Amino acid sequence: MLDDFMLRATLAGLAVALATGPLGCFVVWRRMAYFGDATAHAAILGVALALGFQISIFIGTMVVALVMAMIVSVLAGRGWAMDTTLGVLAHSALAFGLVAVSFLPAVRVDLSAYLFGDILAVSRFDLAVIATGSLLVLGLILWRWAALLTATLNEDLAHASGINPGHERLVLTIALAIVVAVALKIVGALLIAALLIIPAAAARNFARSPESMALGAVVIGGVSVWGGLQLSLTHDTPSGPSIVVFAAMIFLVTTIAGSVLQKRLGR
Amino acid sequence: MSLISAAGLSVHYGGRKVLFDIDFQMERGEIVTIVGPNGSGKTTFLRALLGVVPPSRGRITRAKGVSVGYVPQRLHIDPGLPLPVSRFLSLPKRRSASEIAQVLDRVGVPDVAAQNMATLSGGQFQRVLLARALLVKPDILMLDEPTAGLDQPGVASFYRLIEEVRREIGCAVLSVSHDLHVVMAASDRVVCINGHVCCEGAPHVVRAAPEYRALFGLGTGGALALYQHSHDHEHDHDHDHTHEQKDHAHHAG
Repeated sequence: MLDDFMLRATLAGLAVALATGPLGCFVVWRRMAYFGDATAHAAILGVALALGFQISIFIGTMVVALVMAMIVSVLAGRGWAMDTTLGVLAHSALAFGLVAVSFLPAVRVDLSAYLFGDILAVSRFDLAVIATGSLLVLGLILWRWAALLTATLNEDLAHASGINPGHERLVLTIALAIVVAVALKIVGALLIAALLIIPAAAARNFARSPESMALGAVVIGGVSVWGGLQLSLTHDTPSGPSIVVFAAMIFLVTTIAGSVLQKRLGR
Repeated sequence: MSLISAAGLSVHYGGRKVLFDIDFQMERGEIVTIVGPNGSGKTTFLRALLGVVPPSRGRITRAKGVSVGYVPQRLHIDPGLPLPVSRFLSLPKRRSASEIAQVLDRVGVPDVAAQNMATLSGGQFQRVLLARALLVKPDILMLDEPTAGLDQPGVASFYRLIEEVRREIGCAVLSVSHDLHVVMAASDRVVCINGHVCCEGAPHVVRAAPEYRALFGLGTGGALALYQHSHDHEHDHDHDHTHEQKDHAHHAG
């Protein structure tokens, strides 16, 4: 049944959208947009290390993304300026990754596959890894939902309610690392942040509650995956960017519709 | 056993001693106000009692099963987060619609349940924060400058609401404030903090204490007079409140 590459690609994309929807909402609410970006960039270093040490690329990116996310969390907790720290770490990691790859004469890798993804080449095994990772992240977020939301609102308020905001930050950090690791192959490092943020931002235009925003982001992400792949198939466009283009169009439409609706309601 | 107590509490931030050697306890039903100039560590003290800031030395003890209702100084909600009031009150624990309606009615904003938090006025917002603190059936309410963004009639009516609520449910109230003139009147005890406890006692005792005067200067007397003066003129704004506020002025005077 999973012989058709389009079917595999679509399923893989939908699985990723399932995780990036709610996770992306937290990225938006916590103003971590650049954080997702930085983690994704650093994952390229993971690819290089994985190729160098001949371990699974999934493991390599996962480990580097986790380490990166941890370093950023710790430094931000100590009062370093978040955007500067991210800028230094993300670009250094990306550069180190690119340089490291050039030292691997035996492997001629097409790095653009990791920068922009190659969803059409998803194998059955890839699909299994992606689905597992995404469901894990979705489960993690659903399980911690109320605590995550409270900690996102205000850390002192969370403490007073018996929630440790540090733990919740760690949950998000880990979830982000998992998503980056599984989504790298599909949309690529450069576009992961887009898939996290654009559907969530589009859903914000009509959502009335945190839950409806998360659900909306999943739906918009899913529609973008499907639409982008169709576009890619019919017009031979690159698949990863096509998905993001589709999401961007939805964002544009919901933004315009949202502001028209607001004017009509007189708010 | 005290509701909550601190013994020899010190808090250091990056080598700076913010609080040192603080001994403090609170009994059930007591109203205690912490005053101190900016940077005196009064908010840090409250956060230490909440358990947000770990003590560098000393210890904080809470009686078993004490529930704390916390009202933060302000709460910034990211505009990207759509949050109806009823959902906010259900965080992290789900509350029934009737519970929510009841508590909103109690704090005087019965019609905001479906509204987005971002559309509330300053006064409504503080009342919703108080409502959330009340939902935990608190043994102690902790308020960190809860009236920072309110105008004077707003401040007075907010504190009056807190007094009413306290009378009804009998909780202790610990507030941090620089609205000295307003809170002091209602407090059983005032603790003046500047890194350490400078002086404490009944409001009129603290007001007369030389340590207190050294910290706040004699200008406080002027502020107090101003406040009572404003009471006399508030009648036009807010008829409901007139009576209670007169009472207030009596206590203060």
